[in-house]
Amino acid sequence: MVVSATSRPGGGRGSGDPGGPPPPAGGGRGRVTPRLWVRLRRLGLPYLLILPALVLELLVHLIPMVIGIGMSFIKLTQLYIRNWSAAPSAGWSNYHLAVDFNAPVGRALLHSFFVTILFTVITVALSWFFGVAGAVLMQGEFRGRGVLRALFLVPYALPVYAGVITWSFLLQRESGLVNHVLVDQLHLFGDKPFWLIGSNSFISIIVVSLWRWWPFAFLVLMAGLQNIPRDLYEASAIDGAGWMRQLRSVTLPMLRPVNQVLVLVLFLWTFNDFNTPYVLFGKTAPQEADLISIHIYQSSFVTWNFGTGSAMSVLLLLFLLLVTAVYLVITSRRRSDA
Amino acid sequence: MRDPKWLKWVRIIGLGLLGLFTVTPIYVMITSSIKPLKDVQGDFHWIPTTITFSAFRDMWSTVPLAHYFVNSAIVSSIASVVSVVVAIFAAYAVSRFRFAGRRAFSITVLSTQMFPGILFLLPLFLIYVNLGTAIGVDLYASRTGLIITYLTFSLPFSIWMLVGYFDSIPVALDEAAKVDGSGPVGALIRVVIPAATPGIIAVLIYAFMSAWGEVLFASVMTDESSRTLAVGLQGYATQNNVYWNQIMAASLVVSIPVVAGFLLLQRYLVQGLTAGAVK
Repeated sequence: MVVSATSRPGGGRGSGDPGGPPPPAGGGRGRVTPRLWVRLRRLGLPYLLILPALVLELLVHLIPMVIGIGMSFIKLTQLYIRNWSAAPSAGWSNYHLAVDFNAPVGRALLHSFFVTILFTVITVALSWFFGVAGAVLMQGEFRGRGVLRALFLVPYALPVYAGVITWSFLLQRESGLVNHVLVDQLHLFGDKPFWLIGSNSFISIIVVSLWRWWPFAFLVLMAGLQNIPRDLYEASAIDGAGWMRQLRSVTLPMLRPVNQVLVLVLFLWTFNDFNTPYVLFGKTAPQEADLISIHIYQSSFVTWNFGTGSAMSVLLLLFLLLVTAVYLVITSRRRSDA
Repeated sequence: MRDPKWLKWVRIIGLGLLGLFTVTPIYVMITSSIKPLKDVQGDFHWIPTTITFSAFRDMWSTVPLAHYFVNSAIVSSIASVVSVVVAIFAAYAVSRFRFAGRRAFSITVLSTQMFPGILFLLPLFLIYVNLGTAIGVDLYASRTGLIITYLTFSLPFSIWMLVGYFDSIPVALDEAAKVDGSGPVGALIRVVIPAATPGIIAVLIYAFMSAWGEVLFASVMTDESSRTLAVGLQGYATQNNVYWNQIMAASLVVSIPVVAGFLLLQRYLVQGLTAGAVK
């Protein structure tokens, strides 16, 4: 109440409080105040209600995004960081630099892009699979179900830095649990491998992300399962469908609308995830796990070239918009066909 | 549904593996926090040989943890409460009114979810610095700036989820309240909010968690006085020494409030998702 009333002083009176405008009317408000005023208030109210959200979104997301696009067209290096309006125009040169795949900058970006795609696809697929497996196996009543459900959700509830920093401890070469189990106990490797640098770092980032994200898939799918009407199972049981048959013909098809949103959200979150690689590897990620958000962060803040960094971000956004649009078109069409 | 016999074994093995995967890091976090420093620097042992609580004592002085804790608590509480209030109003408008721009608003808000944070990090940083000098409100490196930033992070999800939740509440209830003499906002406060309490609690947890765990903006937008736990925890790794036992102890302590809150209230999150988002 207070928020919306103070955020627009002029219109605050119209926010429809009981006892707002002059005659504090009960049932006969329409009679006392002019009809036009009531209609205006009706029309204005939804806008007043969304105003705080709109202002915040504009301030933190939309205006910065527009400025970010503008920044991708100027030579914004550390010389101009205090007085960035004086930075010279760069035209399309930041973009040329970013997509020139024969030059080191462009090649590194392309590499990072493919690493990120591969990482995202594997992580999302596994998170979804783990989530479905967990949610389906948790159906029905058995002892310890509540405890297990709570336990599965802990990685999602843990602050990312606490969970991921623990993984970086597990993955230490000398003192970590992973090498202790793989080398000392199972004797799978002769020499202790590195997990946070070199080619293994790609596996590490997938495992850690999976650990963090599958509980979210589990949570959403569990909620989705609760919405499947019981009688569908009863009807299919009368038709003689076994457990596997029900899973294939009832459970999975009924989860399709949930999956549509879940997979998209997981894809976007995983693709844009900065926190996990940043906490796991620090400011510079190893080549093999050079995820795009870290790559752009490094291009901007470590080498102080914000113009190029912005151009890369804009390209990334365009890519995500494209993927989302194509995805929504394809999945919606399939849904209306079904 | 009749469960076949083999399902019992699939269930035990499947859930067992998932449980093992989930719990191992948590086990290591807990057991390493009660080991002395030399035991976490040498070879790994499943069972602690010497148990000490010194890490829980020393962690407060190695870095100003209490200070970061207070910062995180203030920023996350204010950001989540304000974000939920803002989301309730917006979701109510989207759910109950057919106004021009309704679809555009929903799409805009949802699409901000797909922005890479890195895209608006630097512009936002510049806006905060310049706004600070222009209107005399320090947004950069202040808790206020961080609060404003964080409360928008959870807004899209909160609005989306609450719209679904409000849609599931019969409009007839609003109408009944209006007959009793409430305006639309009165109906929101007297009828819709009480009926949507599980959804609102769910959104509140989500908003608090996302603010408590954010790293990227915290690492750029804070200085020593406004630093939050997300960045502060990195202070245990110094040039000479990595205090793994203290890192684990601190991680454990900073996780307890959110994990406990989440587990206590998770059924609301499932209820909220069931009623709203996944329908």
